[in-house]
Amino acid sequence: MAEASITSHGAVSHGHDDHEHHDSFITKYIFSTDHKMIGKQFLVSGIFWALIGGFLSIVFRLQLGFPDMDLSFLRPIMGGWIDEAGKLDPNFYLALVTMHGTIMVFFVLTAGLSGTFSNFLIPLQIGARDMASGFMNMLSYWFFFLSSVIMFVSLFLENGPAGGGWVVYPPLSALEQAIPGSGLGMTLWLVSMTFFIVSSLLGGINYITTVINLRTKGMSFSRLPLTIWAFFLTAVIGLLSFPVLFAAALLLVFDRSFGTSFYLADIYIAGEALPNTGGSAVLYQHLFWFLGHPEVYIVLLPALGITSEVIATNARKPIFGYQAMIISLLGITVLSFVVWAHHMFVSGLNPFLGSIFMFLTLIIAVPSAVKVFNYLTTLWRGNLIFTPAMLFSIGLVSFFISGGLTGIHLGNSAIDIQLHDTYFVVAHFHLVMGSAAFFGLLAGVYHWFPKMFGRMMDARLGYIHFWLTFIGVYMVFFPMHYIGIAGFPRRYYSWTNFEFSNMYTDLNMFVSAAAIITFVAQFIFIFNFFYSMYRGRVASLNPWRSNTLEWTTPLHPKHGNWPGEIPTVYRWPYDYSKPGAKEDFIPQTIPLSSTPESNLPHEQELVKLEKEIMKEEGEVLVANEVKEK
Amino acid sequence: MYGFLIAVGVLLLVSIIWMVYRIQTLVSVVKGSDKKIASGSNKINAIMFLLFLVAAGFLFFWYSFKEYENYQLPIASDHGIVTDRLFWITTLVTGIVFIATHLLLFIFPYRYQYKENKRADFFPHNNKLEVIWTAVPALVLTILIVSGWKAWTDITSPAPENAHVVEIMGYQFAWDIRYAGKDNVLGDFDYRLINASNSHGVDFTDKNAFDDFSSPVVVIPKGEPVLFKIRARDVLHSVFAPHFRLKMDAVPGMPTRFWFVANKTTDEMRAEVGNEEFEYEIACTEICGRGHNSMRRVIKVVEPAEYQSWLAEQRPFIEQNPDLIADLPAELKELAEIQISENKK
Repeated sequence: MAEASITSHGAVSHGHDDHEHHDSFITKYIFSTDHKMIGKQFLVSGIFWALIGGFLSIVFRLQLGFPDMDLSFLRPIMGGWIDEAGKLDPNFYLALVTMHGTIMVFFVLTAGLSGTFSNFLIPLQIGARDMASGFMNMLSYWFFFLSSVIMFVSLFLENGPAGGGWVVYPPLSALEQAIPGSGLGMTLWLVSMTFFIVSSLLGGINYITTVINLRTKGMSFSRLPLTIWAFFLTAVIGLLSFPVLFAAALLLVFDRSFGTSFYLADIYIAGEALPNTGGSAVLYQHLFWFLGHPEVYIVLLPALGITSEVIATNARKPIFGYQAMIISLLGITVLSFVVWAHHMFVSGLNPFLGSIFMFLTLIIAVPSAVKVFNYLTTLWRGNLIFTPAMLFSIGLVSFFISGGLTGIHLGNSAIDIQLHDTYFVVAHFHLVMGSAAFFGLLAGVYHWFPKMFGRMMDARLGYIHFWLTFIGVYMVFFPMHYIGIAGFPRRYYSWTNFEFSNMYTDLNMFVSAAAIITFVAQFIFIFNFFYSMYRGRVASLNPWRSNTLEWTTPLHPKHGNWPGEIPTVYRWPYDYSKPGAKEDFIPQTIPLSSTPESNLPHEQELVKLEKEIMKEEGEVLVANEVKEK
Repeated sequence: MYGFLIAVGVLLLVSIIWMVYRIQTLVSVVKGSDKKIASGSNKINAIMFLLFLVAAGFLFFWYSFKEYENYQLPIASDHGIVTDRLFWITTLVTGIVFIATHLLLFIFPYRYQYKENKRADFFPHNNKLEVIWTAVPALVLTILIVSGWKAWTDITSPAPENAHVVEIMGYQFAWDIRYAGKDNVLGDFDYRLINASNSHGVDFTDKNAFDDFSSPVVVIPKGEPVLFKIRARDVLHSVFAPHFRLKMDAVPGMPTRFWFVANKTTDEMRAEVGNEEFEYEIACTEICGRGHNSMRRVIKVVEPAEYQSWLAEQRPFIEQNPDLIADLPAELKELAEIQISENKK
C-alpha cells in the first residue's frame, strides 16, 4: 500500500526527466541503461558466482580435510574427475584451486562488489540522474556477462579449466604438455579475462566521469560520502592497472599460439627441447602483479567505503577523521602501484629490488592502520545500533586487522623467505582481502536492500547469518596460520609425501568442517535475499535514518532517480548526533540556515553565503518560469 | 530408501525452521518491535561480541601455546635463527596490536550499545590523536623494516668463495642434484643437450664438468657455507627446505641461487626431536602440475670430515657412463680419461 502511494506521487512531478517512457521487459530488466538495474544485475551475477566459487572450495576442502573420503557422490556433477576409487583427480584439484581464485577475485569481489555498489550508489549518492553514459554502463555489464559465460563454459571442458593457479604463471600456463588445464581451458581463461578487462574499463571510465562531472549542486569533493571516494579511487586504480594485465595476457597468448618467446626460455619438456630462448618467466610475474597487487585494493577499497558509511550511520556518529580517511584512501591508491614485487621476493628477483619493495610495502601499512584506528574511534562513545549491516561492518574491521597484521610479516622479505607460498599466505589474504571484502559486500546488501527493492531484509536471519559466517570464517582461516608457520605449502593435493607436513590432519579436518558449515550458512542469506525481495516488510523511505542523498528518493525510484529537481546539498554527510539538533541526524539536503540551533561557529559563517546562493537561485527559477510561459 | 528418508528429514527440518521464522515475524509485528529503532536483539548482539571476544581469545592463547612445539619447526641453519627471531618479534608486536584493537572493537559494541535517551558524542576529528596514530605505527614499522632489511641483505649477499657448490634442478616432478666435484666449479650446461643419459644437459666440452657427479641425496657439511645453484628444466618450481628456512624459485632460463650454513647434522637433529627416522627435506612450493606435492628430496647434513670422505667416494658422470665423452674432440677426451684413471687410484 505504502509503496503504491509513494511511487504514484513520484510520477506526478516528473516533468524534468527525459527518460520518462514505458519500459518493456527487455529494456527494463535485460538491456537496461538504468544504473540501478545494472547494479542489481551485477549483484545477482556476483551471488551466482559466489555460490560456484564457494562450492569449488568445498570440494577441495573435502580432499584436504578428509583425504580418505569416498567422493563418488559427487560424480553426478563432477563426472570423470572422480576416479573409480572415489578419489579426486589431482589435475582437477589444481583446476578447482585455480577457478576458485579466479572466480572469487574477479567475478565476485571485483564485478560483484564494485560493479554492484559503484553502479547503484554513485548516481544516488552524488545526486545524478544516471551514469555519465548509460549505454557504456550497459555494455560494461554485458561484456562481464560474456566473460562469465566463457569462464563458466571452461568449467565443463574435457581437459578441465585452467589449472596453473589463479596467477597462471608461465611456462606452466603456456605449455599444454605441462598440465592439461593449459590447453583449451587456459585459452578460454584468457579470452574470458580479456572481456572482463573490457567490462572493468568501461565501468571504471564511467564511474570516474560521473563522480567528477555529475555531482549535484553543493556536492563538493569535501562533502562526498566516503563510499563515493572509495568507488572513485577504486575505479582509478582499475583504469591504470587492468590494461597491464591485458598486456600480460596478450603476450601469453602470443607465446601459447604464435611461437613467440616473451616468457619462455630454455625449456625441455616431454622429451623434447623447445626452440624458445631469451624469454623471461619473471617478466610475466612483474606484469601480472602490477595488476595483481592493486587488484587487492580494487577489491578492498569499496568494502572499506561501505563500512565507513554503515558504521557512521549506525554508530549515530560522524565518521572520525573524515579527511584522514580520504588521505589514507589516496595514500593506499598511490602506494598500491609501487608494492607489487613483494609477491616475488623469492622469485629470483634482484635482492636489492627486494629491499626497495620491502620498504614501500611496509609504508602502505600506515594508512591502513590509520583507517582501523578511525573506525575504532567512530565506535567509541557512539550509540550503536546493530543492524545486520553494522554487524558485518564490525566483522570487516576485525578481519582487516587480523589479516592486515600478518601482512607485516609477509612484507618483510627476510621473514617471507620461509612463509612465501605456505598456508600463512593463504590465511593472510583470505582474511584481509577475501573475507573483509566479502563482508563489505554483505554489509552493503543488507544496508541498501531497502533502496534496491523497497523492502526490508529480515534482521533476525541477518543476525544468524552474521554470527555463523563471522565465527565460521575465523574457524576456517585462523588455524591456517599455524599450518603455515609449520611450513605447509599451498596448492598441495595432499601433504603425506613429506615428513615435515605429515601432521595436522585433525586441524585440516576441522578447517574443512568449518568451511562446509560456513558455506551452508550462506543459504540463509540467499533465502533472505530472494524472499525479502518479494515478501519482505515494505521499507520506510529512510529506514536507517541516514544522511546521504539516496534516501531522499522515492521508495521505488524510476529511471532518473528523483521525480522533480535533483536535491541540492548543503552539508557533509556525517552530521549525526550534532549537539543542539532535534533529531540525531541531519540529512545533506537540510540547509545550514534552517538549523541555527546546531550549527558550529564556522558553519554559521557559511549560512550567509548559502542565503545569497539560494536567493540567486530563486531569481533564476522565477526567470525560467517566465520564459516558459 | 535411505536417500528418501534423508530428503523427508531435511524437508521436515526446513518446514519447522520456516514455521518458527514466520511466527517470530508475526510476533514482532504484533509487539510492534519492528517499529523501534533498536529491538531487543541489539543487546543480544552486543553481548555476543563480548562472548566471542572471550571464547576466541581463550582458543587463540590456548592453542598457540599448546601447539608451539608442533608448528614451530626446529631450525637448522644460521640465517634461520635470525629470520625466526624476526618472525617472533614481529609476531609479538603485531600480537599486542591484535589483542588491543580487538579488545576495543568488541568491548565498544557492548559499552556503547543503543540507548534511547542517550546521544552519541559529536567527535568528528582530533588532529593530535590522528598524528599520534600515524606516527607511532610508522616508527614501529621502520624499526621492523630496518632489522628485516639487514637480515635480508646478509642472506642474499654473494656466497663466500669457499662455499660448497651444489646444483639443484627442478623438473616435473622431482629434483636432480649435481655436485661441482673436486674443483668446486660446475661444468656448463645447455638445455639442448638434455637426453636420457644426460638429464642435466651438462656440456662435457667444458673441462669443469669432468668431475661433476650426481647424488640421490643432497649431502652437505655442517658449519660450512653451501651454495645452492638452482634452475628448472620445464616449468617454474621452488626449492623449499623448511628446516633451513630456505626458499628460492627455480626458473627455466634464469638460474637462481641461495647460500646458507647448516648448523645441525641430521644425527643431531634426530636426537633433538627424538625421532630416529628424521630427515631434512626439500619440497616444491611453486605450482608445477599434477605431481607438485610429491617433489621430495632428502638433505643429509654431516660433519665436515664425513663430508670429505663421502665426496672422495663419489664417481663423476663421465666415469659412470663413458659414452658421455665418446664424441669429444681427441684432446679433451684424453684429458677426461686421465682424470678418470686418476680417480680410480
